[in-house]
Amino acid sequence: MMASPRQLFEFYRQGFRSMVLGRTLWKIVALKLFLMFAVLKLLFFSNFLEKNFHSDAERSAHVLDNLTKAVPR
Amino acid sequence: MGNEILSTVNWSRAQFAMTAMYHWIFVPLTLGLSFLIAFFESIYVKTGDESWKKLTKFWMTLFGINFAIGVATGIIMEFQFGTNWSNYSWMVGDIFGAPLAVEGIFAFFLEATFFAVMFFGWERATKGFHLFSTWMVAFGSNLSAVWILVANGWMQNPTAMAFNPDKARFEMQNFFDVALSPTAVQKFTHTTGSAFLLSSLFVMGISGLFLLQKRHQLLAQRSMVVAAVLGLISSVFVAFNGDESAFHIAHRQPMKLAAMEGLYDGQEKAPIVLMGIINANKKPGDNLPAFHQEVKVPGMLSLLANRDFGSFVPGVNDLVYGNPERKIVGAQQRIASGKIAVAELTRYKNAKKSGDEVGAAQALALFNQHKDNLGYGYLNDPAEAVPPVALTFYAFHIMIALGSLFPIIFIAVLWFAYRGTLASHRWLSWVCFACLFLGYVASQAGWVVAEVGRQPWAIQGLLPVGVAGTAIAAASVKTTFFIFLTLFTALLIAEIGIMVKQIKIGPEA
Repeated sequence: MMASPRQLFEFYRQGFRSMVLGRTLWKIVALKLFLMFAVLKLLFFSNFLEKNFHSDAERSAHVLDNLTKAVPR
Repeated sequence: MGNEILSTVNWSRAQFAMTAMYHWIFVPLTLGLSFLIAFFESIYVKTGDESWKKLTKFWMTLFGINFAIGVATGIIMEFQFGTNWSNYSWMVGDIFGAPLAVEGIFAFFLEATFFAVMFFGWERATKGFHLFSTWMVAFGSNLSAVWILVANGWMQNPTAMAFNPDKARFEMQNFFDVALSPTAVQKFTHTTGSAFLLSSLFVMGISGLFLLQKRHQLLAQRSMVVAAVLGLISSVFVAFNGDESAFHIAHRQPMKLAAMEGLYDGQEKAPIVLMGIINANKKPGDNLPAFHQEVKVPGMLSLLANRDFGSFVPGVNDLVYGNPERKIVGAQQRIASGKIAVAELTRYKNAKKSGDEVGAAQALALFNQHKDNLGYGYLNDPAEAVPPVALTFYAFHIMIALGSLFPIIFIAVLWFAYRGTLASHRWLSWVCFACLFLGYVASQAGWVVAEVGRQPWAIQGLLPVGVAGTAIAAASVKTTFFIFLTLFTALLIAEIGIMVKQIKIGPEA
């Protein structure tokens, strides 16, 4: 028999409330995700092509320019 | 300018390597321990013995710690694709998009749904559904691994794609040919097999510690036996699968195999080097010996590479300079062909810009004749096609040596368990504890072989790492390298700290 949405909600709610070690782990997960997405991604890891070019045509032209510059290694 | 680009590329490589190695500390334990937990719980459900439930919950706690600390560490590498490797990420976007999308949608949601039941549902779900959920977490975790390994397999052996010169992209021709390519299949099976092996060593290591401390001895012995069974099966599987991998590497990445064995001059009845000290001064084409010391077994490399004891295995020099007698096209020739490909791609681009359709068609026709060597066109010296031989050689041999040791340990555990004397052999408990760490060494060494051995290629033969990167300042990559180093080290210390605390508490928590 399928659980109702309310039963599912209660299942998760009671589960989270009964956590002990899990609370610490969730805090670590939350902190880690915050650092990764709100700090690192925003400040240091912008997508170069998304940020500097406005269309796929421009992006492909840029990459093609790089490929045809014959960059010495 | 050239030095600045090289510095950026090298810092980008270092950053990716560092984040990948940290990520790979957490992942194999997730992949393998999830299955061990499923086995433990299956025994509990079958026997109804509550001590097996306690045992399962203990290992599940450690699994949860490892999962929570490790989750999303892989996303960092996707960030790097977009920032440090923009040329590469654009070019492979069509190939990687589908596998990674499937990973996110299918495997993650499967895992996340049943995760909650596994941890919250002991008293709320039926035994059968809880056990089913535990197995689903195991399968879901491993399914997550499939897709990233398909992507990596494609980098090693690009297949089922066509290069679109208008979009500067590799376009997938057939999803299933990419997903089921022999390289992708071997990558997945060897990697997950090694993860099961590592997880077995993890369980045996902590169980060994319990035996040494004379704590939770029944739990420890039971855990060791189940882990030793999975570990032994995994060892045999990984050995056979590794042999298959080497066979495919010999034909698809022969330079990698040559580096793995420090083979500079190809030969028939090529020997395997059991152990050796590489001559770090040796360069392609010189007369220096490849080794200071080595112990070799004749013919075994020929057997491994070609399944023919007397067959010819090309060495670094054959692959760099070519060997017409053996019909081997060397990097020297490929560079000449590749430079034509780059020149014609340039001509095509310029012709399209100026509206010269005839010129564009001519350039494209010539480009297509040489496109398989496109990546070589960016190298200036054939020796650039050689990966770091010493690092590849030592990593390969460390992996093999440890991989040969582990099944002996598993057999010893099973033998003494059968004799009923497992707890009394303290030396074996110490060995098991040591092998917990050695398992991680072997696991990392395997990835070093795979990724260092494919250098200089981001995509084998088609895109060297020097062209794959973004032209950004090296200083910014250096900065983020140290930020990641700090973040990941903190995470690792947190994981070890929390795990040690839980191990000290034991299954009574």
